[in-house]
Amino acid sequence: MPTVSVKRDLLFQALGRTYTDEEFDELCFEFGLELDEITSEKEIISKEQGNVKAAGASDVVLYKIDVPANRYDLLCLEGLVRGLQVFKERIKAPVYKRVMPDGKIQKLIITEETAKIRPFAVAAVLRNIKFTKDRYDSFIELQEKLHQNICRKRALVAIGTHDLDTLSGPFTYTAKRPSDIKFKPLNKTKEYTACELMNIYKTDNHLKHYLHIIENKPLYPVIYDSNGVVLSMPPIINGDHSRITVNTRNIFIECTGTDFTKAKIVLDIIVTMFSEYCENQFTVEAAEVVFPNGKSHTFPELAYRKEMVRADLINKKVGIRETPENLAKLLTRMYLKSEVIGDGNQIEIEIPPTRADIIHACDIVEDAAIAYGYNNIQMTLPKTYTIANQFPLNKLTELLRHDMAAAGFTEALTFALCSQEDIADKLGVDISATKAVHISNPKTAEFQVARTTLLPGLLKTIAANRKMPLPLKLFEISDIVIKDSNTDVGAKNYRHLCAVYYNKNPGFEIIHGLLDRIMQLLDVLPGEDKGGYVIKASEGPAFFPGRCAEIFARGQSVGKLGVLHPDVITKFELTMPCSSLEINIGPFL
Amino acid sequence: MEPGWRWELSPMHLLRLRRHTQDDDTLSPVLQLDTFKMAVHTPVPVAELLLRRLEASDGGLDSAELAAELGMEHQAVVGAVKSLQALGEVIEAELRSTKRWELTAEGEEIAREGSHEARVFRSIPPEGLAQSELMRLPSGKVGFSKAMSNKWIRVDKSAADGPRVFRVVDSMEDEVQRRLQLVRGGQAEKLGEKERSELRKRKLLAEVILKTYWVSKGSAFSTSISKQETELSPEMISSGSWRDRPFKPYNFLAHGVLPDSGHLHPLLKVRSQFRQIFLEMGFTEMPTDNFIESSFWNFDALFQPQQHPARDQHDTFFLRDPAEALQLPMDYVQRVKRTHSQGGYGSQGYKYNWKLDEARKNLLRTHTTSASARALYRLAQKKPFTPVKYFSIDRVFRNETLDATHLAEFHQIEGVVADHGLTLGHLMGVLREFFTKLGITQLRFKPAYNPYTEPSMEVFSYHQGLKKWVEVGNSGVFRPEMLLPMGLPENVSVIAWGLSLERPTMIKYGINNIRELVGHKVNLQMVYDSPLCRLDAEPRPPPTQEAA
Repeated sequence: MPTVSVKRDLLFQALGRTYTDEEFDELCFEFGLELDEITSEKEIISKEQGNVKAAGASDVVLYKIDVPANRYDLLCLEGLVRGLQVFKERIKAPVYKRVMPDGKIQKLIITEETAKIRPFAVAAVLRNIKFTKDRYDSFIELQEKLHQNICRKRALVAIGTHDLDTLSGPFTYTAKRPSDIKFKPLNKTKEYTACELMNIYKTDNHLKHYLHIIENKPLYPVIYDSNGVVLSMPPIINGDHSRITVNTRNIFIECTGTDFTKAKIVLDIIVTMFSEYCENQFTVEAAEVVFPNGKSHTFPELAYRKEMVRADLINKKVGIRETPENLAKLLTRMYLKSEVIGDGNQIEIEIPPTRADIIHACDIVEDAAIAYGYNNIQMTLPKTYTIANQFPLNKLTELLRHDMAAAGFTEALTFALCSQEDIADKLGVDISATKAVHISNPKTAEFQVARTTLLPGLLKTIAANRKMPLPLKLFEISDIVIKDSNTDVGAKNYRHLCAVYYNKNPGFEIIHGLLDRIMQLLDVLPGEDKGGYVIKASEGPAFFPGRCAEIFARGQSVGKLGVLHPDVITKFELTMPCSSLEINIGPFL
Repeated sequence: MEPGWRWELSPMHLLRLRRHTQDDDTLSPVLQLDTFKMAVHTPVPVAELLLRRLEASDGGLDSAELAAELGMEHQAVVGAVKSLQALGEVIEAELRSTKRWELTAEGEEIAREGSHEARVFRSIPPEGLAQSELMRLPSGKVGFSKAMSNKWIRVDKSAADGPRVFRVVDSMEDEVQRRLQLVRGGQAEKLGEKERSELRKRKLLAEVILKTYWVSKGSAFSTSISKQETELSPEMISSGSWRDRPFKPYNFLAHGVLPDSGHLHPLLKVRSQFRQIFLEMGFTEMPTDNFIESSFWNFDALFQPQQHPARDQHDTFFLRDPAEALQLPMDYVQRVKRTHSQGGYGSQGYKYNWKLDEARKNLLRTHTTSASARALYRLAQKKPFTPVKYFSIDRVFRNETLDATHLAEFHQIEGVVADHGLTLGHLMGVLREFFTKLGITQLRFKPAYNPYTEPSMEVFSYHQGLKKWVEVGNSGVFRPEMLLPMGLPENVSVIAWGLSLERPTMIKYGINNIRELVGHKVNLQMVYDSPLCRLDAEPRPPPTQEAA
C-alpha cells in the first residue's frame, strides 16, 4: 500500500478547515485511507540517522497516509484534497479538458527501433503553470510515487518532465546503441555516453535499481528534440538541458513504457493532478504522438466513460435499500458524477480519467457502499444451508496428534522451507537423490528447498532446546514436498508423521513402541497379511548401521525407523543418542 | 514402602517456618530446621508424657518447667512440642522468652562445696597452717584474700618457720554459698540487686535468656498420638485398621508432581479451535495440501494482473525446479487470458499482453486463496450450482524481510461462502458471528483494496489493552472477473475473508517474538506450559502493564 506524506497545515489549508488528529484519522478510515503516522522531517531523520543529523531539519508536522494501491489519483496532496472535498460535498469534481494549442501542436515521433525495447510513448503539455516550492515538490513526489507503484519501478512506464521553453519540437523517440548516445544527464556537469552512465549509476543508490530494465539490451531508448538535444534516456535519467525548476511555466511530459494502457493512465494522472495550477485551470494542452506505422494519436486521452448500473443491483450487492437518487448522490461523492435516467431505476455514472480503477460495475458498487458508510450497513446472516465436512487427511491428522501427545510426545512446528544442507548433506544424502523442489530466488540459504523430510526440523528443535531436561520426545505431523511429474504443477505434498527420542540411551524400543502404538491407533494389525504392518532390517545413510528398519504397512513401504547415525547427530549439533521414526500417513486414510 | 513425598521439607515449607518464627531472634533458621528434624525423630514417650501432663494441668505448662520436672534436657521437650505441633491442632504452643539467673560452672561448684574462703577457713587447724602450704590448696589464693578481708583469719609473719595462718573466729557463715544455693533453687529474686551483681562480677552467676514454650491444649487435643501413619495402604483398607489409625497431615503448600505427558503446540491448538469454529458454522474444509502452486492458480485465476507487485521476485518464492506447471485447464486459461487482456463479463479488463509463460511459473503459494480458487473452479464445473461454505487453514509463503512478527512462512485462515444474492451486509454478518466465536465483539469495517475482491473491507477490532482499533482480518466479495470465467452463474456471489493464525496466537499467548512460537527455535518450556486454547474466554491479565 503506497504511503503519501503531506504537510498537515498545507493539507488543512487546502481542505479549508482544520481537524484534530483523531478527526482526520476518522475521516481517513471512512474514506478507505489510513492515517499511518504523524511525524516531521526532523523526527524521520532523527529516527533513521540520529539526533545530531536531525538538528536543523524541519519540524513541520507531516501526515503519512496509506492510500489503496489502485487509487493513483490519491497519490499527492492535490488528489487527496480533491477526493476528500468531493466526498464531503464541499466542491464538485472538476472536469478535465484537453485543448488544442493556439500554435503548432507538439509532436513526438516514435521510430520502429523502440519496438524491441520500450515500444510505447505518450505525451502532453501543461501550459502556463505556476509552481511554488511546495507544488513543485509535490509534482516531483507524485512522479516518484507513480514510478514505484503503477509503473512497477519504471519497468512498465517511466515519466520524463521537461521545460518546454528550452526545447524545440518535434521530438523523436528512438532507440540507439549505448555508445551512440551522449548527453549531459540531470545533476551532472559534463556529457557522458550511455555506457559510461550505466557504469556511474551502478553505485547510485537511487538509480541502480532501474539499470536492469535496459542494461543488456543492444539498443537503449532515447528522446531527442529537433536540435538533437537529449530529453531523456528512459527509464533511467533525463537530460540536464530541459530540467524543470520552480520557475518553469510550460512543461512537456512524456511517458514511455512497455504497457500502453498504464502509460496512458500515468499521463492522465499527472496532468489531471497538476493542471490545477495552470492558467486555464484543469485544461491540458494536447500533444500528437506518431507511431512507427504512421498513425498518429492525440494525448492525453482524458477519456470520460459512461457506465449504466441499475439501482437495485447496487442495493442487492451491498445489502441496503436506497433510492436511485440517493445512490446517484453517494456515487457523485466518490468522484463518480451520477444521475438517474431512463425508467428511474437506471443510474448513469461518468467515470473520469482519474478513476482508472473503475473497470467493472462491482467497483461502482463498492464506491456506493463506501459513501453509504460500511459501518452503516445492516449486518445479516446469509441463509446458506450447508453440511460441514473435514478434509479427511486433516481429520486423521487432528486425531493422531492428540494421541501422539497422549503417548508422551510433544508437538513441534517446524519450517517447510530449509537449506539443501538440512535435507541432504546433514543426513548423508546427495541432494539429487532427495527429489526436492528448489526455490529460484531465496534471499538466504534457509529457503533453498521445500523439506522432503520432517526429521531435520525436529533435530534442529532439539538443538535449540538442549538445556531442557532429558529425555526429549518430539513429534510433528505436517507436509513435505516431493517432485512428481504426475501432478499439474510437478510436485506433491505428502503428510508425514515424524517422532524423535533424544536421551542418554538411543531408546530404539521406545520409538518402536511408538510405532506399535500408532499402528494400534490406525487399527493396523501386526503381520504382513491383510495389509498389516511389519518392520524389516534395512539401512539408510541417516541411521547407525544395523539399527535401521523399513516399515511396511497396507502393502507398501511407508517409512523408516532406527537409531540415528552419530554423524547425523553431530551435524545437527547434538551430543546424545537419538532414535527416530518417520512415516507417510496418506496410505492409512 | 515410604511413599511420602509430601513429608519431605519443601523449600516453601521452610520459608513458612522462617516466617512464623521471624520474631525469634535467638534461633536461626538453621536451628529451626534442626529442631524440626529432631522433632520427627523424637521418641514418642516424651511427647506422650507431655500430653499426659498437659491433660492434668490447669490451662497449660511451660516446656522448661516440664523439662526440670521430668529431669531431662529442655531441648528434648522442645522437640516433642514441635513434633506435636506438626500434627495440627493437638496442642498450641506459644513461644516465650524469660530472663533467668543461672550459676556458672564455678558457681555450681561453690554452691555444692562452699566458697573458696570458707574452704580455706575450714582447712586451717587450731594450731594454724603454714601460709606456703595453704597457698598450695585448690582454693588457696582466692580464698585466702577473701577470708582475710572477712577477718576470719590472720597471718603471723614472725613464726619461726615462715608466715603462719591462724583462725580468728571459731565459726563463720558461708554467705556466698547460701546465696548461690538460693539461685540454684530458683529463688534468685530473694537476692538483692547488689548481691547478684557482686556474684556476677565474681563470674559465679550469669543472666541468661531462656526460650520456652507455653503449651496448652489444642482444638484436637488427645493423648493418644502414639503412632502416625503416612499413607493409606491396601492392608489398612482390607483390615479396616485405618479407622483407628491417626494419619500424618499433608503439607498442602508443597507443589504437586506434574504428570509425565506430551504436549500439543500452542499455534496448532489455536488452529484446532479455528477449525472447530468453522465446522460449528457449517463450513467444509478445502484441500490445501499443495504448497507448490502455479502462478496461474495463485494469481491469474484471481484476476491479479501479471505486472502486479506481489508477483515480483522480491515478494514471492518462485521455483527453479520444477520451474513450470505441466498442466493447466486450457479452456479456462483462455477465458482468464481474455478477461485480463481484453475484458469481458462486464469488465474493461487490464488491457495488457497476458502471457501464458508467466502463468506457468511455479511458486510457493503466497496465499491459500489459490486453493479457494481451485475449489470454486471445481464447484463451477458441477451443475446445477449448489451453495457452499468453505474454509482452510494452512501454510503460505512470502519472500519477505523477516522481523519479530514476520516469517517467510505463516498460516492463513480463509473462509468462503458462495450463494445466490450474497451482499456486503451478509459478509459483515458472517464476520460478526465468526469473530464473536473468537471472543471479539467490537468490530469496525474499513474500505480497502484487494486485487481479487470488490468491494473489499479490512476488519478492525477494538483492542482493550492497546486502547485502539487493530486490524484483525481482510475480507471482500470476489470479483466477477474471477468468478465468471470459472463458469459460476452470474447471480452467484462469493464472499470471503482471511487472517493469519500466528497473530491471534501471539496475542492470545502473549508472545512478542514469532520465532519463539514457530520454527525450530521454539521454546519447548513454553510449549509444555501453554494453557488450553479457549478463544472466547477472557485472556489472563498480562504480567506487566502493556505500553500504550
